[in-house]
Amino acid sequence: MLTRGAITLLRGGRRSLSTSAVRPAQVTVRDALNGAMDEEMARDERVFLLGEEVAQYDGAYKVSRGLWKKYGDKRVMDTPITESGFAGIAVGAAFAGLRPICEFMTFNFSMQAIDQVINSAAKTFYMSAGLMNVPIVFRGPNGAAAGVAAQHSQCFASWYSSCPGLKVVSPYSSEDARGLLKASIRDPDPVVFLENELMYGTPFEVKDEMLQDRDFVLPLGKAKIERPGKHVTLVAFSRPVGICLEAADLLAAEGIECEVVNLRTVRPLDIDTVLQSVTKTHHCLTVEQGWPQCGIGSEIAARIMESPAFYELDYPVTRLCGADLPMPYAKSLEDASLPTAGDVAAAVKKALNVS
Amino acid sequence: MLKTGFSKLRPLARASFAPKCIYGPASSNRRWYGEGVGGYTPTDAVGSDGSEVRPQFPGATASWTHDLEFVNADRYNGIPVYRVMDRSGRVIQAKDEPKIPDDTLIDMYQKMTLLNTMDKILYESQRQGRISFYMTNYGEEGTHMGSAAALDPKDFIYGQYRESGVLMYRGYTLDQFMNQCYGNEMDAGKGRQMPIHYGSPAHNFCTISSPLATQMPQAVGTAYAFKRSPEKRCVICYFGEGSSSEGDAHAAFNFAAVLDAPIIFFCRNNGYAISTPTREQYRGDGIAGRGPAYGIASIRVDGNDTLAVYNATVAARNMAINENKPVLIEAMTYRIGHHSTSDDSSAYRSVDEVRYWDSTDHPIARMRLYLSHKGLWNEQKEKEWKNSAKKQVMEAFQRAEKRPLASWENVFTDVYHEMPPHLEAQMKSMRDHMKEYGKHYPVTSDRK
Repeated sequence: MLTRGAITLLRGGRRSLSTSAVRPAQVTVRDALNGAMDEEMARDERVFLLGEEVAQYDGAYKVSRGLWKKYGDKRVMDTPITESGFAGIAVGAAFAGLRPICEFMTFNFSMQAIDQVINSAAKTFYMSAGLMNVPIVFRGPNGAAAGVAAQHSQCFASWYSSCPGLKVVSPYSSEDARGLLKASIRDPDPVVFLENELMYGTPFEVKDEMLQDRDFVLPLGKAKIERPGKHVTLVAFSRPVGICLEAADLLAAEGIECEVVNLRTVRPLDIDTVLQSVTKTHHCLTVEQGWPQCGIGSEIAARIMESPAFYELDYPVTRLCGADLPMPYAKSLEDASLPTAGDVAAAVKKALNVS
Repeated sequence: MLKTGFSKLRPLARASFAPKCIYGPASSNRRWYGEGVGGYTPTDAVGSDGSEVRPQFPGATASWTHDLEFVNADRYNGIPVYRVMDRSGRVIQAKDEPKIPDDTLIDMYQKMTLLNTMDKILYESQRQGRISFYMTNYGEEGTHMGSAAALDPKDFIYGQYRESGVLMYRGYTLDQFMNQCYGNEMDAGKGRQMPIHYGSPAHNFCTISSPLATQMPQAVGTAYAFKRSPEKRCVICYFGEGSSSEGDAHAAFNFAAVLDAPIIFFCRNNGYAISTPTREQYRGDGIAGRGPAYGIASIRVDGNDTLAVYNATVAARNMAINENKPVLIEAMTYRIGHHSTSDDSSAYRSVDEVRYWDSTDHPIARMRLYLSHKGLWNEQKEKEWKNSAKKQVMEAFQRAEKRPLASWENVFTDVYHEMPPHLEAQMKSMRDHMKEYGKHYPVTSDRK
């Protein structure tokens, strides 16, 4: 019911009932993504969606619900089961001037297509000396879900964000999802858009003017301060932003004010926002679900060290990451393998030398 | 692979949407991909006497059999090899001779020999340390010119790496080839790519990419894009018999058939994938034998018979453009040269074998004999052209070598549409460095 209502809201059906001042709408991340794709497909007929189950089935996670019915076979394509095949097709279509949205059922399966993403999509603009660009968006759920174990839970932010030529974007809220996906589709460079399965059904308040504005885009490469604070900087992207906000609530009760930075884009990394925050708070923790080695936290820590903000730190940067092992299945084990709000709160207290 | 998005069996899940009619005779494939009819109507299920006539499985509806018989690979003799002329350049059946204008025939022949001459010079230049790498096209010039001449200049080409003749036919100049190999300041590729990785949107030729067979699904994607536009253009995708072992090749064939894409798949079966001979690459009937299994019209041709390659490509193009369907051509030929300058093929094949092909079945020789029989070529013209070709190549070579290398600024551009701040900063600091120390860095390709 909530999601159906949200679709009506996106189509502006609610307005006739409202007599009071503008009330922000509750929109799920799924519907925000759906609305973004719908609007961009209506705006530019070169934009089309391809992937497994995206058409008739409305998407494996229903993110493309209604799009095939509205736009038909030419704009929404079900593909045979071959990630390397359909990623290659998408790259070839982009070479020819179309603007594909290539959905991976989860980014775990993108490993079967990673050559097309890296060697073809990411590097071709450079290798062709600027003659052939690849305006493509690879999107799908990334990272840990619930009870899907090792081969369905890996976070790919680190792998993709190390590659020059790609942009890597990861929304947290519905506003993020809407604005960042629209911006990614309009971007001339290849974008890897990392969603989160557990966030799809989460509703967020989104201001009406953002929903009504068909040109609402958020800038890529710019982080957002989700919650200002003065004692410690928490840096995260995607679902861990929510975990940081939970931790911030727990800590606020004890008088510790956390500043939560939602990166929104992992490459290019908005390190300036992080550095400004660290200069203010003097303490920094990064939170991610991916593995520790070569993770996003390592990159942030390195960059802080390379900047004058290093001298503002009163305690080394702490990285909270997923455990360094393939994700286990049993809930007890899975919970022990990912950082929780409690873990974040404990780490903050350690950094602040507070018990 | 576990699909976590659904918890229901697929038929039940489909029941809640308008079902796509994919059950039915396989005959009606000539429709836009995926058009559903709605409803499920089994056909030919029951004969007039009440017996079951045909199986009704969604995946195949052939016929019933009571013979326990496996379809062995050797049941088929193999798809025959189409040819027009014999090894001495004589057209065997007059009706098969294509109507190619005389000046086009001469142009094709001249470009075959010009390519051969350029290959010799550039191979040597690698041996002398002037360029880092090169791949020759010896023995496959017929596959290049025969197919290139049959296409429209607007048709888009995806190559693997041994199709320089196709690009030469399209009008890419000797200077352009050599500038790319040298990575000099005139290189359209801005010094980014290894030699022979040519690319030219102006000639509708996609930049060569090293990983094998990745161009195949991309070619299908481009063909799909062409299908959506009103212009009549097709895509031709070249690949070697070794590349067809890659997973991407399977995906491309399958997809092209399912999407009804206007694409010509052109396989150069030259007998070797570096050192791997065909008998270790596949066990079936080559690559042409796979096409029908995907639902693709396929033909095998004598790749050293330029006229046969031409005829097959003309016919394939007509099918692709007019019927929006993929076509597969397997051109049988022989790789006379080494795989590349990093290879010495005497390690895995006899010099006698190479000599045999070079002397008895070379596409250039056969084309020359054909032109001679037609009175369009003779020894005098051959001598003059050989000298002219060599001169052109040497002059272009000397020009390319003397040019300064691509500018250091090309390191930083084209990573993204807009240069990111960190690369701008690095470029600026490099610029300052070059102002002071630039004279210590090499400007030409002279490696001495």
